[in-house]
Amino acid sequence: MKINVNGADIYAYTGGKTFNPEQPTVVFIHGVLNDHSVWILQTRYLAHHGWNVLAIDLPGHGRSGGKPPETVEEAADFVLALLAAMGAEQAALVGHSFGSLIALEAAARAPAQVSHLALVGTAYPMKVSPALLEASVQAPEKAIAMVNTFSHSTLCPPPSALGPGTWLYGGSRALMRRVLASNPKVNVFFTGFKACDSYAGGEQAMPAVHCPTLFLIGRHDQMTPPKSARALAGHARLAKVVEVNAGHSLMTEAPDEVLFALRDFLRN
Amino acid sequence: MPGYADPGFDTLALHAGAQPDPATGARAVPIHLTTSFVFESSDHAAALFNLERSGHVYSRISNPTNAVLEQRISALEGGIGAITTASGQAALHLAVATLMGAGGHIVASTALYGGSQNLLHYTLRRFGIETTFVKPGDLDGWRAAIRPNTRLLFGETVGNPGLDVLDIPAVAQIAHEAGVPLLVDSTFTTPYLLKPFDHGADLVYHSATKFLSGHGTVIGGLLVDGGSFDWDRSGKFAELTQPYDGFHDMVFSEESTVGAFLLRARREGLRDFGACMSPHSAWLILQGIETLPLRMERHIANTEQVVRFLAEHPFVAKVSHPLLESHPSHALANRLLKHGAKGAGSVFSFDIKGSREQGKAFIEGLKIFSHLANVGDCRSLVIHPASTTHFRMSDEALAGAGIGPGTIRLSIGLEDAADLIDDLKRALKAAEKAGA
Repeated sequence: MKINVNGADIYAYTGGKTFNPEQPTVVFIHGVLNDHSVWILQTRYLAHHGWNVLAIDLPGHGRSGGKPPETVEEAADFVLALLAAMGAEQAALVGHSFGSLIALEAAARAPAQVSHLALVGTAYPMKVSPALLEASVQAPEKAIAMVNTFSHSTLCPPPSALGPGTWLYGGSRALMRRVLASNPKVNVFFTGFKACDSYAGGEQAMPAVHCPTLFLIGRHDQMTPPKSARALAGHARLAKVVEVNAGHSLMTEAPDEVLFALRDFLRN
Repeated sequence: MPGYADPGFDTLALHAGAQPDPATGARAVPIHLTTSFVFESSDHAAALFNLERSGHVYSRISNPTNAVLEQRISALEGGIGAITTASGQAALHLAVATLMGAGGHIVASTALYGGSQNLLHYTLRRFGIETTFVKPGDLDGWRAAIRPNTRLLFGETVGNPGLDVLDIPAVAQIAHEAGVPLLVDSTFTTPYLLKPFDHGADLVYHSATKFLSGHGTVIGGLLVDGGSFDWDRSGKFAELTQPYDGFHDMVFSEESTVGAFLLRARREGLRDFGACMSPHSAWLILQGIETLPLRMERHIANTEQVVRFLAEHPFVAKVSHPLLESHPSHALANRLLKHGAKGAGSVFSFDIKGSREQGKAFIEGLKIFSHLANVGDCRSLVIHPASTTHFRMSDEALAGAGIGPGTIRLSIGLEDAADLIDDLKRALKAAEKAGA
């Protein structure tokens, strides 16, 4: 569905279901050069099991209009504006990588509006090497290859987003290329990485979050190493840590484990 | 396998999609000969059917052994996923049937395997899908043949029978300007010699019966999606971008930004047409792929020696292989293929200076080459079209198809090159004598 937020048409995948105000709502926020489709198995399941799902494409990414957020704080304000546009008084926020910082900051800014916070493949600080930042502008194909290699941990993933026979290295690379091409005006690769790299509010934001917080960690994550996520969890009021056998692309490398962790967390 | 670089081709040929079996420790890929898979619960069953969770239900749709092969060929091609099919023909049909129905139109190369030509020219026409054929090197012809209802451009990487190399970058550009994908039959080159996605193709299929398996024991096909074609932007593929009432009104391009084609091909094409691959066949093809890099090196090394021998033989009128500067695709092969023109495969034709009878005498004079209708085997193969596949045609009609009474097709195998050359030398002498 399309939602008008701050004058821009924002796309949200709903699992093919219409919004039901009687149901709890979960907003899924993707990472750099990703879109709603990275969550497809988890979101489709939840949408058919009693939740309203809004798996967005961030502004200026994929199917969404608007200007890509340049900072985590700007993106967090967008998420809160999205909730207002939907008339949702409260929602769970689930974010991956860059999206996890956005979810964290949004939950800190409006603690009463967030029922659950799930940080998937997270780290704080989320520094990006100068070489990768430069490559995202000067040689994006090379930077995509670097990110892709560091985001995967296995050559034999289980049946995943496209069913059995999905090759995750190829799928992630194709998606990153597609999202980069989706915005000819702004390099959303660089913008996203820059926002991650410059975010300095994590340690203040974490204790400001009132709701339960799930840290969903990939055991073999090379992009956002488990150690860094655990350090952030130390600042949370109500933290639950779940580690799954995957790299940074844990939603596709361990789709069932991620689903079960989210489902069990959101139920409580 | 966390690391600092993507694994190379040879590593992927052995490891992509497979790990020691977690249940038994078996190192080789197990053959899962089972029709169906037990659900953990009613909720698990419902979630699998509704694509909320991913897994195996019934082996017509997917199977763990086949999934290894699908991941492996995707890794080698640089694709996002693949579907195993009963044959190469089934893979071609699955691609077409996923993209169009009656009223659709295809532009295809004239340089095609006879089975593909039959499917497009006769059979699909009966179902309302028309094909216009153009010479592979005629770029203006490709462009001119496109109609408003065109949904696919299609050619072979190295085409039958004259080894015309398809200018994939140029034809892909024409396809994309028209908002349609380019499908490529990559059977003769395999991903070892050419990776069509790197040059702009959107979909690739193989007859895995040939070089990928290599052992000549199995029939199978593979359809691979590069994930590059933007179905939404094209606006011509309602099958992928609009709600499909045959699957809970699913919009495939919303479910997967890059994998809509594969989702529909599996969920509709395999489900309804049912041309699936047996897990045993998948296992056999995997055995072949494990040694693909080694075998392809030997295939093309042997081919080079045989081509050089034939090109200098006084009883040989013509050799059609891009290795030779006289071949029209020589420069293009050098530009596109991993090993240059040398990598234009090990299946080629040559003409002896003789009649149909002398062609038959040549075949009968061979001891190592096997006379049969297949290519891409580890053993060397031969066929004489004028006395077999095209025996009903007059010499004039044969000439129209680019085949002479003395045309011989070879598929060079992995034997000692010196033995192959001796065998050919002996048979050429026998053919020469038969005309005396």
